Amino acid sequence: MSADDRPTNTSPLLITGADLAGAGAGDLLVVDGRIAAAGADAADQAPEGAQRYHGEGLIALPGLVDLHTHLREPGREDAETIETGSAAAAAGGFTAVLAMANTSPVTDTAENAERIWDLGQRAGYVDVHPVGAVTKALASEELAELGLMARSRARVRVFSDDGKCVHDARVMRRALEYIKSFGGVISQHSQDPTLAGSSACCHEGELSGRLGLPGWPGVAEESIVARDVMLARHTGSRVHVAHVSTAGSVEVLRWAKAQGIDVTAEVTPHHLLLTTDLLSGYDPVFKVNPPLRPQEDVEALREALADGTIDIVATDHAPHVRQDKEHAFVDAAFGMLGLETALSVVSTVMVAQGRMTWADVARTMSTDPARIAQLTDQGQGLTVGAPANITLIDPDRKVVVDAATSQSLSRNNPWHGRELTGGVHLTMLRGRVTAREGLVWGASA
Amino acid sequence: MKHLLSIADLSRDEINEILDTAVSMHEVQHRDVKKLPTLRGRTIINFFFEDSTRTRSSFELAGKWLSADTINLTGKGTSVSKGESLRDTVKTIDAMGVDMMIIRHMASGAPAQIAQWTNCSIVNAGDGTHEHPSQALLDAYTMRQRLGDLEGRHVALVGDLTHSRVFRSNVLCLTTLGAKVTLVAPATLMPAGIGAWAQADGIELSHDLDAVLPTVDAVMMLRVQRERMSGGFFPTAREYAVTYGLTKARLGLLPDHAVICHPGPMNRGLEISGDAADAAQSLVLDQVSAGVAIRMSILYHLLSGERSGDQSGEGSAS
Repeated sequence: MSADDRPTNTSPLLITGADLAGAGAGDLLVVDGRIAAAGADAADQAPEGAQRYHGEGLIALPGLVDLHTHLREPGREDAETIETGSAAAAAGGFTAVLAMANTSPVTDTAENAERIWDLGQRAGYVDVHPVGAVTKALASEELAELGLMARSRARVRVFSDDGKCVHDARVMRRALEYIKSFGGVISQHSQDPTLAGSSACCHEGELSGRLGLPGWPGVAEESIVARDVMLARHTGSRVHVAHVSTAGSVEVLRWAKAQGIDVTAEVTPHHLLLTTDLLSGYDPVFKVNPPLRPQEDVEALREALADGTIDIVATDHAPHVRQDKEHAFVDAAFGMLGLETALSVVSTVMVAQGRMTWADVARTMSTDPARIAQLTDQGQGLTVGAPANITLIDPDRKVVVDAATSQSLSRNNPWHGRELTGGVHLTMLRGRVTAREGLVWGASA
Repeated sequence: MKHLLSIADLSRDEINEILDTAVSMHEVQHRDVKKLPTLRGRTIINFFFEDSTRTRSSFELAGKWLSADTINLTGKGTSVSKGESLRDTVKTIDAMGVDMMIIRHMASGAPAQIAQWTNCSIVNAGDGTHEHPSQALLDAYTMRQRLGDLEGRHVALVGDLTHSRVFRSNVLCLTTLGAKVTLVAPATLMPAGIGAWAQADGIELSHDLDAVLPTVDAVMMLRVQRERMSGGFFPTAREYAVTYGLTKARLGLLPDHAVICHPGPMNRGLEISGDAADAAQSLVLDQVSAGVAIRMSILYHLLSGERSGDQSGEGSAS
């Protein structure tokens, strides 16, 4: 896409005939970066000279929001930068991402958070919101500058030691108590380090036994989820469970929600589709934390997402340079790319299979992630007056994933060569097109 | 057959072929001049990322007695700690034009990964807690020499199964050959998911060594690694020895024809008593001796299978 093809901020734009988040066909009028009209009569309100974009056959969703992204900057700019990661996000239909704190240095001060915020603003593809660390250096010992990060220009509301668990119960309790005053939420990487040892890298079960890989038992996740929901009840604070991976965790969440405990949870696209048997070839591209689980867990996660027990989808986009993955399996880095394929995976496994509607996708990939993160400029739906953060989806497009075409600097893409159903057609951030058909604005067509 | 990565890659016929060839290789081992021209001009790298004495020297002797050029490389520590990826490390060696790499690595699956990255033949000489296929083949060979065909024979594998690559290869090898296998260990030293695994593969599980011993044709005692003793896998060394050790008293429970195996190195007084290790039924040294013959057979089958005409020459093993 060249700059000339790109609608500008100031040009009114009329998207015609798109299915508005599963509510039926209608038009969307975008003026000055906001939705000026929506529905059957929006075209009537379009000013003369408004650009038209034919949305017939497409699904219009509010811009996607990813609560769980690793952008690697600062510290590992060879794997990803805020610029390239946010470009990948735009290509994947996102208009906002929350950048995890396990960078180098760790995002555990207001200054570090503001630096990430500024770099995101400069990149301009999506809104980049830093996640603040819960504890200094992710050590699970001393609280990070939670309040100062919350009061900073970055306005941090989500805190996480992701990659590591806040395993000390007393520290977790204090953190939950502390963040209540500014409405924060702790996104917990639930992994009891005493149950899942430091080298755990494979779902503990028959396959890990046969392969001789250190097992990561489901109970190491479930016991922390259970502890944290009880701490959330005790403190009256908000807990968010990152990358839920087991049926047991789903059971705990279902119980906690029935009790009225303020807990939310996310599932990754890869835990919705990929299973642990992919590890039989020791290919590190499938090494993630938590690990891929058996089919029965995958089925439980799908059901939980569909019935709302799991609130949202989050990518856990984790770029790594080639050499960090080309080690023996136990030594290779954890993580896989996810931003550019998330929508297609959810479309394939949940929508095309009849488990979710597009309205559910809007809720789980935009509205609720924005609500959990308390973003004021995102996830407001396709309503008049809302910022024109819009993602157009082609629901029937067959997408054969090609790792080589990624906007990310890294290529650890588990979906390479797979055919998925449904793809992102266009992404718009406050009325400005940021990506079309996988190409971000400013990229060579 | 290009690689030997797992016993699972071998059919029953292929296992028997390797064992049969080893018989003639074993005969060479007792000649004054232990040299066959079979692999003349072939280059083998013993690439051991993890310390080993018996396996490395056994493979080295096997290569030399088949006239291959053999080089030993060690990779102390992980490739991560050296700052180079494993892929780059092995591709560098592969680019030198070697015919085979014999890999020992502390990480499960490393030889299988290396086979994806290189063009030469790869032999798994022990990978983490995954497999040690040449050990299983030599164990089967040793048992077969004493017991005959292993079809229907009952073998007990006893001890630290969770951390044992010997166990994983042996259980595959023995069941493929038609033996009945019983695993004996405390629950803490049985691998994850062993219940489903045992059911799928027709393996028996037991925590009662005394009940199993009278029924076996062979018992293989697995080494308990000292570092496991502080890991909460069992209360004390004494309790382990009393409950799961092949003590002098337990020798009397074995049928007269039954044999005792141990892949070594042995912890005398822990998993095996001195009396048991040195008993007439003990095949421990036979296993070591068979190791060279089996490895000669493996190298022969991997590197010269397509050049079988060479075997008609002087010093042929066939």
